[in-house]
Amino acid sequence: MNTFLNLTVYGLSDGAILALAALGFVLIYKSTSVINFAQGELLLIGGYTVYSTFVVFGMPLVLAVVVGVGIAILLGLLIERLVLRPLIGENPISVIMVTIGLAALLRAVIQLIFGTRPVSQPDLMPRTPVQLAPDTFVPLNRLLVVAVAAVVLVAFTLFFRRSRHGIAMRAVADDQQAALTVGISVRRVFALAWALAAVSALVGGVMLADVTEVSGRLATFGLLVFPVVILGGLDSVPGTIIGGLTIGLSAQYVSGYWDPGLAQIAPYVLLVAILLVRPYGLFGETRIERV
Amino acid sequence: MAATSTGVYFTSYRRELALRHTRAEYARLVLVAVALVALPYTIDFYWLSIVNTILIATIGAVGLNILVGFTGQISLGQGGFLAVGAFSSALLYQRADLPAPLSIACAVVITAGAGALFGLPALRIKGLYLAIATLASQEIIVFVARRWEFLRDGASPLTVDRLHFGGFEITRELFEWQWYWILLTCAVLSVLAARNLFRSGLGRSFMAVRDQDIAASAIGVNVTRAKITAFAVSSGFVGFAGALSAHYTETVTWESFTLEVSILYLAMIIVGGLGSIAGAVYGAIFMMLVPVLLNEFLVPFGDDFPQVVSRLPAIENAVFGLVIILFLLFEARGLDRIWQRVKDYVRFWPFRY
Repeated sequence: MNTFLNLTVYGLSDGAILALAALGFVLIYKSTSVINFAQGELLLIGGYTVYSTFVVFGMPLVLAVVVGVGIAILLGLLIERLVLRPLIGENPISVIMVTIGLAALLRAVIQLIFGTRPVSQPDLMPRTPVQLAPDTFVPLNRLLVVAVAAVVLVAFTLFFRRSRHGIAMRAVADDQQAALTVGISVRRVFALAWALAAVSALVGGVMLADVTEVSGRLATFGLLVFPVVILGGLDSVPGTIIGGLTIGLSAQYVSGYWDPGLAQIAPYVLLVAILLVRPYGLFGETRIERV
Repeated sequence: MAATSTGVYFTSYRRELALRHTRAEYARLVLVAVALVALPYTIDFYWLSIVNTILIATIGAVGLNILVGFTGQISLGQGGFLAVGAFSSALLYQRADLPAPLSIACAVVITAGAGALFGLPALRIKGLYLAIATLASQEIIVFVARRWEFLRDGASPLTVDRLHFGGFEITRELFEWQWYWILLTCAVLSVLAARNLFRSGLGRSFMAVRDQDIAASAIGVNVTRAKITAFAVSSGFVGFAGALSAHYTETVTWESFTLEVSILYLAMIIVGGLGSIAGAVYGAIFMMLVPVLLNEFLVPFGDDFPQVVSRLPAIENAVFGLVIILFLLFEARGLDRIWQRVKDYVRFWPFRY
């Protein structure tokens, strides 16, 4: 029971962070149909932005996060305006490649500024052990990660359901031309999608950095969003939650009960299996192709 | 087609199918050949070693361009296929005592088979889904290469004996020089083979699949066969490059086949020009030279700014990312297209067009 509960909590918290990262990815894909290979790097940038506002500039935590969110929004807007807007309508290979180039560039910029070694950051969330069962203790921050992610995901869901901008985004995702004819600014929606993706990646990145370390590994973790979104469906927001939790839990169980090395590729094996059986994921929309 | 062409003036199918149409093209071919023959006599061994790695990269880039540029199947699994080629040739040569040419040929066949196997998902999925599926196969192949004891010499990476076959042997003094001729022959043969592939029905069917696969199947192209063959042929070239690199570097470790390598090769064909054999060659030369030249350029600053040298890998990565982004934004058809435009400019001078 002991190991099982422990692994479950760790898996859930990993999964929650993955869900946040995947949320940004799905937002971008849904409204702009861009596959964003730089999602992991957005996590990385998020982690380091809050590190620099909080530790380097010594701001109080709340202010540090707010400034970080501001920077993330700015970065998302810049990326959309400078890199992706000129490529609207280009073939998918070019679009995929430009995000890969962007990933290399963002990672290199972080490396240039902060070097390759992990930097130390005081705990943002308390690590006090919490007793879950008679013989099971888990650090509190792992539980807080799940809670924060849940709040953010609920906030995003409400945003899509209730707010004008959220509904506009769903309209654009549904049909760009129809959205244009009813007067929605597709450009603004594209910009908004990138900004929101950067913000959700920032939240994910900060929490991931807090439970692990502030280092280049944040970006590697980001590669796992692919299994998540393929499992959940590339264009499904609830899919990211289910996908994130499944991948997080299965990776933890494989590493706990079997082999930690295998846990690194278990998500990819799962990914291939899903692609062979159900390429559009659990909740993805099946697209019919015509000439 | 150059911008000066005003129509099609071929009088026979033979003439139309010819690789070169004008006298200027033959003159250029002679110039390139002379330059390639003169090259090893004019540069030192350090630069010759860079040329050798470029030649290997050329073969790999041509292979990847067959798949991505000509068939439209994006692949992030290049590193994995290089690994398959390198490991199988090294093992056959080292442990099964096969002569080097035979082991390389076997490696090509094995990699082609592996490519066809990993190409199977392409029958059901395409575009972004395929990119992600090949990403997964890349991670899985590298994982196997990393964990399988058989692929190592105890704790150290697999080493390969210096290349020898028949009475021929690579000597230590002339290492780079001898390899240059071997690799040049291989690269020229690969380029010719790829160039000719796209004059054949099979190559044309690849391009039809790229342009519109549903339409292609409607006019009678067997899309299944075209996709699987494209994966096999492309991986064959890549396996060839991997096998050559195994014999040339004389060690094979999983570290040289990571996702970064796949991305580097994709960058080569993007920068060179998707769907162009010449572009793959230009791209390989460009992407392999950029870090070397950056090094040459930045190291002299090291005395005044030591942090420049310590951050060199990061600077290299930043330049790498920037090059990809800038090419895609400003000339998505790559160096090949730029070269065309330069030629047109010269031809029309002093007129603009």
